[in-house]
Amino acid sequence: MSENVEKYIKRKVYKSTSSRIAQKFVDAGLEKIRACINCGTCTGSCPSGRRTAYRTRSAIRRALTGDESVLKDIDIWLCSTCYYCYERCPRDIPVTDMIIKLRNIAVEEGYILDSHFGLANDIFYATGHGVPATGENNKKWRDLRESYGLPPLPPTVHSYPEAVKECQELMNAVGFRKLLDNAAKLKEERAQAAKKDKEE
Amino acid sequence: MVKENTFAFFLGCLMPNRYPAIEKSTKFVMQKLGYEILDMERATCCPAPGVFRSFNKGDWMVAAARNLCIAEKLDSDILTVCNGCFGTLQEVNKHLKENKEHRELVNEKLKLIGNYEFRGTIDVRHVAEVLGYEVGPWGIEDVIIRKVNARAVIHYGCHFLKPTRIREIESSEGPTIIEEFVEALGIESVRFKEQLTCCGAGGGVKAYDGTASMRIFGEKMKNIDEVKPDFILDICPFCHLQYETGQDYLNKNKSCNYDYPVIHLSQLTAYCMGMDQEFIGLQYQLMGREYIFGGEEKEEEVI
Ligand code: SF4
Ligand code: SF4
Repeated sequence: MSENVEKYIKRKVYKSTSSRIAQKFVDAGLEKIRACINCGTCTGSCPSGRRTAYRTRSAIRRALTGDESVLKDIDIWLCSTCYYCYERCPRDIPVTDMIIKLRNIAVEEGYILDSHFGLANDIFYATGHGVPATGENNKKWRDLRESYGLPPLPPTVHSYPEAVKECQELMNAVGFRKLLDNAAKLKEERAQAAKKDKEE
Repeated sequence: MVKENTFAFFLGCLMPNRYPAIEKSTKFVMQKLGYEILDMERATCCPAPGVFRSFNKGDWMVAAARNLCIAEKLDSDILTVCNGCFGTLQEVNKHLKENKEHRELVNEKLKLIGNYEFRGTIDVRHVAEVLGYEVGPWGIEDVIIRKVNARAVIHYGCHFLKPTRIREIESSEGPTIIEEFVEALGIESVRFKEQLTCCGAGGGVKAYDGTASMRIFGEKMKNIDEVKPDFILDICPFCHLQYETGQDYLNKNKSCNYDYPVIHLSQLTAYCMGMDQEFIGLQYQLMGREYIFGGEEKEEEVI
């Protein structure tokens, strides 16, 4: 990429002309989003877009132009992180990382899907695994492990309860706990406001 | 120094907790090939590159670094059998080795829970790449006791090869690493339309919108069904789950009638190296429960 383009995409974001979203991309070192030429190669490569209303190019464009509606657009959660767009973008933009960043900003602002919140809160935070084998419901999987001559629980956090605590401490320290609680709170506030609007 | 011929075995979630046959097979294969396999005690979920990274990339990196530290303490490279675990651990490992600022940030956090420090001393490997490039079709030939004469479709999944500039394995547009390896096991791999696209499970899509996930998957299955393979071969327990539960879903909801066995590369290789069919575990899977590997024993056993 030419030096000029490099300078252009790294330039400061001016409040009057640009947006909060753009600033967050710059802060995260993802200012390269500004190199997008809106060509649509990403959308053309997207297996998810072929089957749903999700359009990669449009999500990128809205992020770039500061259209904040993109944050609450649940379609950005239809990216399967397959990396086709990332591989093929003619401007070498790590497109998938951009979508992930959009989701990170969305979660920060309380746009988190219930199923994902449950996964993060009730499963990962609680057990250290994304798909656990503990609990009464999962007995059949422990039995299956034993039938192969494996210990009923793997030697992961599952076998070391104190390690689950350790991970929770780590997640508290990095702010993950706070992120989840805040997202839940914002979501609840929004739901209440919507309810009130409806009543009036 | 990293120990030679030794791997810290990163289990992840789906393999140990849903498909223990893959765990058993991987250990069987690697130990028979002469590798030492070490447990990574206290490891967590990688955490998943789709859903978990989508909450906060920094937090995802710290949790992954904790897992990497466990292997560093064992002075061993990590072995994974899952594209998701590979995606997370390989990317974070590479990134933290290269980015001093992030490494320091991560270590600051890790220090808070005690004896963890990311030093950047190990590599992260995927079993498909160890088998395909390190053992190689040339090397496996000598240690198998039987071949499976079957036609299979190969599903690479997404995060094994992509992003190519981070993984640095081979081109994602026309890979052959697995085809070449399994040819030595007697497999004729059949190409099918849109072979390299996603199974539709990743990125939190399966958790959030099962219907969308199934629409992407349904198209995959249609393309596979056109070439009528004996089974579907994958290298990732999450793709494995998608192919299993997905066929079941399409049968129940879209009046399909699929029953293609779903087999992980480790399961296939273990069978060829002498593990009993019973331990391959198809009888506990959802699809192709009755499937028995064909093929014949090799005449003279060279071990
Ligand atoms: S492929 Fe790259 S340049 Fe083209 S629209 Fe997508 S992000 Fe922009
Ligand atoms: S990574 Fe996401 S946006 Fe990009 S092609 Fe794949 S599903 Fe579409």
